[in-house]
Amino acid sequence: MTEIEERLRQAATPDLDRDRVLGALARRADDAGLLDVAYAATDSPLGELTVFVTRRGLLRVAYADEPIDSVLADVAARVSPRILRAPARTDETRRELDAYFAGTRRSFDVAVDWSLVRGFAADVLRQTARIPFGAVRSYGQVAASAGSPRAYRAAGNALRSNPIPIVVPCHRVLHADGGLGGYSGGLDRKRYLLALEGTLPA
Amino acid sequence: MPRRVPSIVQLPPFQRLVDDHAAELHRFLVASVGPIDAEDCLQETLLSALRAYPQLRHGDNLRAWLYTIAHHKATDAIRRIVRQPAPSDLAALPPSSEPSVKGHEPSDDGLWQAVRGLPAKQRAAVVHRFVLDLDYRSIADRMGTTEEAARQNVSAGLRRLRTEVDR
Repeated sequence: MTEIEERLRQAATPDLDRDRVLGALARRADDAGLLDVAYAATDSPLGELTVFVTRRGLLRVAYADEPIDSVLADVAARVSPRILRAPARTDETRRELDAYFAGTRRSFDVAVDWSLVRGFAADVLRQTARIPFGAVRSYGQVAASAGSPRAYRAAGNALRSNPIPIVVPCHRVLHADGGLGGYSGGLDRKRYLLALEGTLPA
Repeated sequence: MPRRVPSIVQLPPFQRLVDDHAAELHRFLVASVGPIDAEDCLQETLLSALRAYPQLRHGDNLRAWLYTIAHHKATDAIRRIVRQPAPSDLAALPPSSEPSVKGHEPSDDGLWQAVRGLPAKQRAAVVHRFVLDLDYRSIADRMGTTEEAARQNVSAGLRRLRTEVDR
């Protein structure tokens, strides 16, 4: 090996300061209108939540048991592959979630982006979004409010695939007999949320 | 329903490209343009990539695509640093005490000045070979050339560096 090769190999390159350089990248991408989906993780009493935000609003809330890579791949395929980790763009949503879990907020003001839902499921979830804090509805009632009183099974499926749990409060939908029904994040989380809202004894 | 362009190959979320390649792209750019301009070049590279990303026809070899963009950004940056691009005339390079390039590399200033003065393809090939430690097949893949061309670019670059460094 020649002396020049040796000297080239010994180049000491400084490590990339990821937070600073890539944080600035996300801001520049946002300013240039190139950041279609911003996401960031946030802590909650129900474990880590990852929130995804578009220019329209809150697109997705993922519980920690959903593999983040498949959530990202799904959002890339169905909305846009221009996705970056960009905590600043998710600040408002994360603040509202914090306040909700702290008991100081009863409804969410962030806009919702419904791009991930279509058809009857979208109608069901829009109706569900109107159920107030502390109230509950049955699957049949939600199906009826979405225009198909007998489609309570389809309503159940729509609620289980709710892309925006907590903020679109599918946990407020129960069986008519008072049974808890199902929950995409597991029944423990549903119980926790209902207790937080005073609907179930803690 | 919005009209959807059918995508043949699924593109990964852009953040994954950043996670997988940002650190090595940064090393490539530090060796190509120096540590100060490397940060801006990296951002410019990723912004250009992000701009073009949804229009890509396929998701094959995204790494080579990123290095092609980085290579162009580095070449542009060197043109800006060295007002008068005269790769055949190293005397045109500013002296290392000139403010715009001062501190670009902690040591071995003369060598890195000379690397920057190489013709663009030789510069990229030399950096891939000796700073990123790639074999010729990988260099060819990233630069979109044949293996033989990669070998020639490296050896031509080396020859030139030998004659121009520490004379």
